[in-house]
Amino acid sequence: MTVKGIKKAVRIAVASGKGGTGKTMVSLNLAAMFGRPVQLADCDVEEPNINLFLRCAQLEKSDVTMQIPEVDASRCTGCGACGEICQFHGIVSLGARALVFPELCHGCGGCMRTCPSGAITERPHSIGQVAVGQQGHVRLVEGRLEVGVSLVPPVIRAVREQLLDDMPAILDAPPGTSCPVVATLRESDYVLLVTDPTPFGLHDLKLAVATARQLDLPCAVIVNRAGEDQVGLYHYCRTEKLPVLLSLPDDRQIAEVTSRGDLIAHALPEYGLMFAELAEKLKLELRASGGLL
Amino acid sequence: MNKIAFTTSGKDFAAQMDPRFGRAANFLIYDIEHNSLQIMDNKEGRDASQGAGIQAAETVVRAGVDTLVTGHCGPKAFKVLDASGVAVYNCTAATVEEALAGLLAGTLQPASASDVEGHW
Repeated sequence: MTVKGIKKAVRIAVASGKGGTGKTMVSLNLAAMFGRPVQLADCDVEEPNINLFLRCAQLEKSDVTMQIPEVDASRCTGCGACGEICQFHGIVSLGARALVFPELCHGCGGCMRTCPSGAITERPHSIGQVAVGQQGHVRLVEGRLEVGVSLVPPVIRAVREQLLDDMPAILDAPPGTSCPVVATLRESDYVLLVTDPTPFGLHDLKLAVATARQLDLPCAVIVNRAGEDQVGLYHYCRTEKLPVLLSLPDDRQIAEVTSRGDLIAHALPEYGLMFAELAEKLKLELRASGGLL
Repeated sequence: MNKIAFTTSGKDFAAQMDPRFGRAANFLIYDIEHNSLQIMDNKEGRDASQGAGIQAAETVVRAGVDTLVTGHCGPKAFKVLDASGVAVYNCTAATVEEALAGLLAGTLQPASASDVEGHW
């Protein structure tokens, strides 16, 4: 993708719709077999788990903050203008001094702008952390939402901001198709959708495809725990012209290796080969997008 | 004490108390001076994804209530009610009638803090 004439390296998002299809497993193994330095972004900031597998020796952490209002009691007249504009009840004023509820604030700054007596200023409020680490040729960028905070997208945006522009990146998305997923997919070049051949998997794959297409992103499918296709998954992919870049069998060894915190690409050579092939197929697919690999 | 709000699942004095405040079905508001009753639907609070307690507190404060009788009240709702001068009474009465009798007889004590965590 091109920004101000500078070519940026490609960003591949791994999403699914349904949870538990194997997004993190695919992201990790693809990164392991990428064949050149690559970044791996853990955008599942509500429960980041990539580093359980990567085990970076050192993580450089920084706080993600959001501006929240602070009320100067001596200037607040209790007029209620701030509470009226806030749709989230992050600030409430009922004749008395305005009260701020940081956990409900979305950081829009509307209350500060509408306060007629200039009683509201802003201060940074921590909503999470971003950690950066390195393991072999993989550069990890992990987002972690603070407990009790529900604003996921700002932490995901902070993860994206920590990504280097000149190195390809694989972004491991959270499940679903709501704001956190859109925050991950936005400004990506390509989407890999991991699914399984179950009614739930196919149902959510359709939602995920619709989301990716709404964002104008090309996408391909990876089938995990492939076996008998009773739900018409492959038929759907053919009809929708979605390339199936990889089918992983329903193999007990995959679960065993993964549950130990290891990568199948390392522990089981046949799968290492499959992920190396996936990386090559992706490079062909991405040539069209004009991104640097 | 002039205007009292009760959290209830019904619409009159005989109705069951709703132990929740933020996500209570209705507020029954009793005006002692005028001996009148008013029912307020707490739809906004019930349907809120977050901040139900704050929403409910705003609703009763705007209605001019000075006393709230409910089962439990969380920290955010309590903060708004307290700042607005509303006295909060927690009770285990089964019906609104019973809760009112307890309040008027002085057996209920005003709460000095929230009695449950948020999202209890």
